[in-house]
Amino acid sequence: MTELQDAIRIDTSGMHYTPLNRAIRAAVTSGVRRIHLDNIMGQRFIADGLRGNVEIVINGVPGGDLGMFMSGPTCIVYGNCEHAPGNTMDAGTIVIHGNAGDAVAHSMRGGMIFVRDDIGYRGGIHMKQYQEKRPLLIVGGSARAFLGEYMAGGLILVLGRKGRSPLLERGIGSGIHGGKIIIRGDVPDWNLGVGARVDKMTEEERGEINPLIEKFACYFGLDPQPFLTDPYSIITPSSARPFANKYTWEV
Amino acid sequence: MSIGSVPLRYRISVDRDQCMLCGRCVDSCPYGVFRKEGEQIHVNSRVCVACHRCISMCPRDAISLVERPVDYRSHPIWTPQVREAIYNQARTGKIILSGMGNAQDYPVIFDRLVLDACQVTNPSIDPLREPMELRTYLGKKPSHLNFKTVEGDTVLQTILSPNLMLETPIMIGHMSYGAISLNAQQSLARAVTECGTFMGTGEGGLHESLYPFQDHMIVQVASGRFGVDINYLERGAAIEIKIGQGAKPGIGGHLPGEKVCADVSCTRMIPEGSDAISPAPHHDIYSIEDLKQLVRSLKEATEWKKPVFVKIAAVHNSAAIAAGIARSSADAVVIDGFRGGTGAAPRVFRDHVGIPIEAAVASVDAKLRSQGIRNEVSIIASGGIRESADVAKVIALGADAVYIGTAALVAMGCRVCGTCYKGLCPWGIATQRPDLVARLDPDYASVNVANLIHAWTLELSELMGAAGINSIESLRGNRDRLRGYLLDENIMKVLDIKTVGA
Ligand code: SF4
Ligand code: SF4
Repeated sequence: MTELQDAIRIDTSGMHYTPLNRAIRAAVTSGVRRIHLDNIMGQRFIADGLRGNVEIVINGVPGGDLGMFMSGPTCIVYGNCEHAPGNTMDAGTIVIHGNAGDAVAHSMRGGMIFVRDDIGYRGGIHMKQYQEKRPLLIVGGSARAFLGEYMAGGLILVLGRKGRSPLLERGIGSGIHGGKIIIRGDVPDWNLGVGARVDKMTEEERGEINPLIEKFACYFGLDPQPFLTDPYSIITPSSARPFANKYTWEV
Repeated sequence: MSIGSVPLRYRISVDRDQCMLCGRCVDSCPYGVFRKEGEQIHVNSRVCVACHRCISMCPRDAISLVERPVDYRSHPIWTPQVREAIYNQARTGKIILSGMGNAQDYPVIFDRLVLDACQVTNPSIDPLREPMELRTYLGKKPSHLNFKTVEGDTVLQTILSPNLMLETPIMIGHMSYGAISLNAQQSLARAVTECGTFMGTGEGGLHESLYPFQDHMIVQVASGRFGVDINYLERGAAIEIKIGQGAKPGIGGHLPGEKVCADVSCTRMIPEGSDAISPAPHHDIYSIEDLKQLVRSLKEATEWKKPVFVKIAAVHNSAAIAAGIARSSADAVVIDGFRGGTGAAPRVFRDHVGIPIEAAVASVDAKLRSQGIRNEVSIIASGGIRESADVAKVIALGADAVYIGTAALVAMGCRVCGTCYKGLCPWGIATQRPDLVARLDPDYASVNVANLIHAWTLELSELMGAAGINSIESLRGNRDRLRGYLLDENIMKVLDIKTVGA
């Protein structure tokens, strides 16, 4: 990791999120490149709508919507995350050393999210891509039901690091109409949502995910080896127009 | 084949004595009703949608149009519409999509309300002579003000929330780029800027060419989050969260891939030709607490500088929902009545789900007042506002301002043909086809829309003057200036008005 200059440390004990975000913005404006936030305990909206080239190290458990609308910064969380980190995020990186709640990466449009352990329901819901913007969500552990629901673009990768099947639940990719979900191991048909199909991974796809796995392993100091050769399942839309056959016009 | 074809919806005929064979009808009709063969114009009435473009273009008034030229056996219950919907579904087995607003013949409450005027005991006001205050501020108002004295000066201590300042309580509602053309959006944007009011972007992002008007644009965040990034949020004068829409409460939206052309794809930030699906709920809002979270996330992202509105469809318990919204840090609640227009909605929703705006606004206003939180949010009424009298009436029922939609489109030529979903709007409004879009010239259309807003504003001040009211503030919620004409007692109770004669 590159050495960042001009670091500051903020003790956030008892601090409300609005003054906290104000302090973060002021620091970024004044050229600070790394901000350590100590004693974070449930403050929501950290780095909400924040732009710039800054690394925010979060020690503690941030509240919901970490990095919402964020466009550029990197947030590294030493702790778990509440719901929807990376909500409607535009660019930047979120690295979570722990678990995250529901709707991780909701409507995410760009950037990367790395979660070391598990995520809750509806992870990656309605992620979308456009031109060079292709959001990425990598989950080291497992994900709960409705992973990648309504997904319109981007990539979700679930590694199932803890040895058990990464997805024990149903509704994977229901309503998916773009993008790709890649899950280590087999995904039985009954796990799939409406409009999703499952295929075996091609060598080309392996070539695409292996560098991502290495990056993931590097963030968390893990050995990438076991993940590089295992079989994966690829979940994609069975049609780009899942709702096209539901309607008829009045005249 | 067992069902056969349904009777013609419209019959077009050309008066051959009048026709000069200029061919304008042929050029003007994107549906292909007309063709010129030899010395005659031939018609195919089957494809006509009654957009009237040909009629408005014909130099000889040679074209006539008749609706339902073929009678069914009349029956009060089994109307032609009901029968044809069954034929359609018997053939396809699908949900019927339809356009524009509610087409069911429900009584219009506005038309059973009458306004008051002064006679003898209190003088009416002549707006020509006296100033009429129509300026409207939307957003939170403080419940009380704190002052302190600094070196003999009185200084306001209360921190005021950002408000939008409108020169007239008439705004233009959210119609997205994609649903309508860029020329249509530009025309509306120029008109609202000219009139000192605002318009909504709809859920379609903000096209670059509208940046010069951004101070008059309310940017929308809907469940699909299309085109939403920090740049978009910062450009808007206010941000509106769309929870629901009056034309189709409870369900999401769906812009078919055919309408996602290169430019639309770029403002929505999705690939060209892909379906833009807005799910029914926001998947980060499953409760009133979650709504608060989204409201605050938007405020936090824009450093608490912008008012945040929340739009809901008018449904049975709108009043309780609005009370929740008022406590969510939102600055205004938009209530969209069941007559609200749309490009496409399932017919069963358009015609059967939701409640009229008149009842919804009155009950929301009453609920907020009874809880002492009316100052926390402004109320914006939308869905079925057709003329200035509707504006006056809905303000008297408790609204702060209105959104118009269809009326603004009609001002640009729309004939309410209800076939926006075909994407071939001959007026260049609900289409992305370049040759059709080019028919709408923003230089003229913006003047037409601005004229409409001016005219309604003038009428509104005349109505107020006649009632002896010189400020819109005194009309707001002033139910005493309304009477119900042949409305039943229950409705009058909801509206909190008296009957005529009382
Ligand atoms: S526009 Fe009128 S006059 Fe011209 S060809 Fe058509 S019907 Fe005849
Ligand atoms: S806007 Fe829609 S209803 Fe109006 S004329 Fe165009 S297609 Fe018809």
